[in-house]
Amino acid sequence: MSDAWTDKLDLYLDGELASAEMRELDVHVRSCPSCAADVLNRVQLKRAVHSAGKRYRPSAEFHERVRRSVASEPRRSPMWIWLTAAVALVLVLAVLAISARQRQLAELRIAGEIADLHVATLASTNPVDVISTDRHTVKPWFAGKIPFTFNLPELENSGLTLLGGRVTYLDQSPGAELIYQIRKHQVSVFIFNARQVDQALTSDSGARKTLSFNLESWEQDGLRYFVIGDAGAEDIRSLAELFKKAARS
Amino acid sequence: MAEARLTVASFEELAMPLFDQLYNFANWLTQDRSEAEDLVQETYAKALKGFSSFQPGTNFRAWMYRILRNTFLTSRTGLKAMVAIDEEDASELPSGTETPESVLLQRSQEELLQNAMEALPVHFREILLLCEVEEMSYLQISETLSIPMGTVMSRLARARRALRDSLKQRLAMV
Repeated sequence: MSDAWTDKLDLYLDGELASAEMRELDVHVRSCPSCAADVLNRVQLKRAVHSAGKRYRPSAEFHERVRRSVASEPRRSPMWIWLTAAVALVLVLAVLAISARQRQLAELRIAGEIADLHVATLASTNPVDVISTDRHTVKPWFAGKIPFTFNLPELENSGLTLLGGRVTYLDQSPGAELIYQIRKHQVSVFIFNARQVDQALTSDSGARKTLSFNLESWEQDGLRYFVIGDAGAEDIRSLAELFKKAARS
Repeated sequence: MAEARLTVASFEELAMPLFDQLYNFANWLTQDRSEAEDLVQETYAKALKGFSSFQPGTNFRAWMYRILRNTFLTSRTGLKAMVAIDEEDASELPSGTETPESVLLQRSQEELLQNAMEALPVHFREILLLCEVEEMSYLQISETLSIPMGTVMSRLARARRALRDSLKQRLAMV
C-alpha cells in the first residue's frame, strides 16, 4: 500500500496539491487498488469528522446577547424616537416662550421708566435746562454733556414747536430729552446710546400705549429713540418720522 | 478597501455570521458549555475592541478564530489542555492495517467518533476541526494557529493517525 504517493494523499484530498500533481495523482489512484482503498478510507473519515464535528449549537438567547453586546447602537423603537422628538420640541418652544417673555418684560420696564421720566419733566418747575425754540441753539448745548450727537428735525409747517432740552438718565447712562409742543400737548423725545440701554430691547416698537401715553421707539445709527406723550398716536408718529428723516440727512 | 474605515456596524456584519461556527469550535476546545459561552463572549468583546487593528483584505475568519484560540490558551482549561503539547517529542503513532472508517458511515456510530475526537489532545482536535469542519485551507490554518505550513501538514497527519488509532481501539471494544 505504501508508495511514493501515499504521503500526498491527505494533501490531495484537502485540495492542497498543485494542479499538475493533482492530475497525476488522479491517474495513479485509478490504477492503484491499494491507494484507491486508502483514499476511500480517508474520504470516509473526512466526511464522518465533518459531520460529527458540527455538534454544538448556540441558543437563540445567547446569540442575541452577544449580538447586542457588539451592536453599533441599541435598536430603538419608533415610539422612542417620537417621544424624543416631542420632548425636544417642547424644550425648544419653552426656550422661545421664556425668551419672548423676557423681552416683553424688558420692554415694559423701559417703557415704564420712559413714562416716569416724561411725567417728571411735565411736573417739574424747570422742565428744560436749555430754553429755545431754535434747534441750532439746542443741539450745540448738549455738546460735552452727553457721549454722542444727534440731528434735530426742521419743524416748518409741522405744527410742532421745540420748547427746549435737558440731560436725562436711563439705566445710569446719560441721554438727551427734547420737549416739543403739539397744540396743547407736550411730547418728550429721548435719545440714548443704544448699547447702554437694555440689550433685550432690540426691536422697533411701532406706536404703542404705555400708561395711557402714546410711545414709539426705534434704533437708528447706534442710538435708541423714544417719543412719548399724551398727544394722539398720529402726532407721535409724525414727530418720530421727522426725527428718522433728520437722522438720515 | 485597504483604506476603508471599519465601523462598528461592519464588525457586527462580519462577525455575527461566524457565531455558530465559533460557538461549536469553542465547545470542542473547552468541552464545557458554560466555559464555551464565556470564551465566545470574550472573543467577541476582544475582537470588537481590537477591530481597528484588523487589516482589511486579510482573512477575517482566521483572525476571529485566532482570537478565540488565544483566549482559550490563556484560560485555565486551555493552559491545562495545551501543557502536553510537544511537537518534536510526539511519538509517531503506528499506522493500522484495519479500516475502521467504513463503520463510521453508519449514523449510530457518530457518538463513538465524537468521543474519540473529544479524547484527542486539544492541539490535534483543533487542527482537525479547522480542516474538516471549518474547511480552512492550510494557509488559513497556518494563520489561525500561527504555525508554519510544514507544521500544519505534519500536525494534521498525526492528528488523523491518532484519531484512526483511537477509533480502532474503541471499535475493538464494541
